Amino acid sequence: MATEIVLISLLKILVVVLTILTCVVFLVYIERRVSAFVQNRVGPNRTGPYGLLQTVADVVKLLMKEDIVPRNAYKAIHDLAPIISIGVALSTFAVIPIGDTIELFGRQIKLIIADVNVGILYILAITSLGVYGITLAGWSSNNKYSLLGGLRSSAQLISYELSMGLSIVGVLMVSGTLQLDKIVQHQTTYLFGWLPAWNMFLQPIGFITFVTAAFAETNRLPFDLPEAEPELVGGYHTEYTGLKFGLFFLAEYANMITASAVITTLFLGGWHLPYVEYVGLSSFILSLVYVGTFCVKVAAVMMFFIIIRWTLPRFRYDQLMNLGWKLMLPITIINVLLTGIVLLILH
Amino acid sequence: MLEHYLPIFMMILGGVLFGIVMVKLNEWLGPRRPTEEKLTTYESGMEPVRTARERFSVKFYMVAVLFILFDIEVVFMYPWAVAFRELGIIGFVSMTVFILILLIGLFYVWRKGALEWD
Repeated sequence: MATEIVLISLLKILVVVLTILTCVVFLVYIERRVSAFVQNRVGPNRTGPYGLLQTVADVVKLLMKEDIVPRNAYKAIHDLAPIISIGVALSTFAVIPIGDTIELFGRQIKLIIADVNVGILYILAITSLGVYGITLAGWSSNNKYSLLGGLRSSAQLISYELSMGLSIVGVLMVSGTLQLDKIVQHQTTYLFGWLPAWNMFLQPIGFITFVTAAFAETNRLPFDLPEAEPELVGGYHTEYTGLKFGLFFLAEYANMITASAVITTLFLGGWHLPYVEYVGLSSFILSLVYVGTFCVKVAAVMMFFIIIRWTLPRFRYDQLMNLGWKLMLPITIINVLLTGIVLLILH
Repeated sequence: MLEHYLPIFMMILGGVLFGIVMVKLNEWLGPRRPTEEKLTTYESGMEPVRTARERFSVKFYMVAVLFILFDIEVVFMYPWAVAFRELGIIGFVSMTVFILILLIGLFYVWRKGALEWD
């Protein structure tokens, strides 16, 4: 029994990690193509058909590059930082439900790596650990730009973590559980008999603040101050070369995928496709449809991330902190109280 | 219980292992030709001036301290939010008082200028 669980989990982990890594490869390509489209350029189109293999070529190039550790850097931590970043980025996905249960070889398999009852707490805990990767990278490089980038980044990440945590409180009040699978189940019903009961409609303020905080947590424009090329050269990864730099890059995009998946799960109904249960598909096909729905929703959120990045300018640092502490924090707190009042009136 | 958490440990282990393998692979595949200039700290092509081990703005410490305060209070809200329906009106009123104290704290910090960045 125990070995069976281990084997099934191992298989799921392998599939999920490989999917994330493949997605990252194509996400980088899509981002570059979209940015080129927005800026009226051509973008990478030479490596492979339509330039699809550009990122693969980049990764191979990074693998063959020299790994330079500056003389003044703290070698052990300099090595450790990218490993923390990528480890954290990949392991967040463990609690996200990719679909409903699926029947394979006469066995009911839940399409989630670990269906723990503290799913949201796990996500918050692990994403907080991501701060260590960036801060340690900035500190251990012993470079002024890196240090400033790392400090700014840690201040930004912890500030927006507050609003992120508070925006989720509303969702928890509506669904009454911390288990992500149950939160998705809760969103499969309908409001007024026709509107899907997605938390996006039940928690509009929470949705907007959560998406904003997710942008800040993934260091994406308009919140990409840790890297701010014109002021900080490269920010916390100035002194990184080769695949150690590549791992930070990979972690950033993996985080973006995870953030999109969390937004989908918490606010956009997760794997559920509205009305599909009335069509009368067999349970196996239905499971596949759910997995497909999840992927499409996540892809749509990621597309939103990319387009925003190439549309908006960057904040100034004081604007960023003001937004986080003076606007987002009060709004999310008031949202908790409002949700409470509405729920009390309804019951 | 353990069977729920075992996959998580495996996932974290897998992520960290992936990182270690990639770093080691890079060290093994990449060339190693260190020179004096290559190993100096990068400062936009200038000679580095002193080190980065210096004092930095107290505001970063301030943000960290405030974060710990507020984050702990957010954590208190989680069990309350999950049990919101069972707690009913009494739970709501107690949490309102708690949140008001939190808001007074935020207002105090705001007035003291700890949130100003200029």
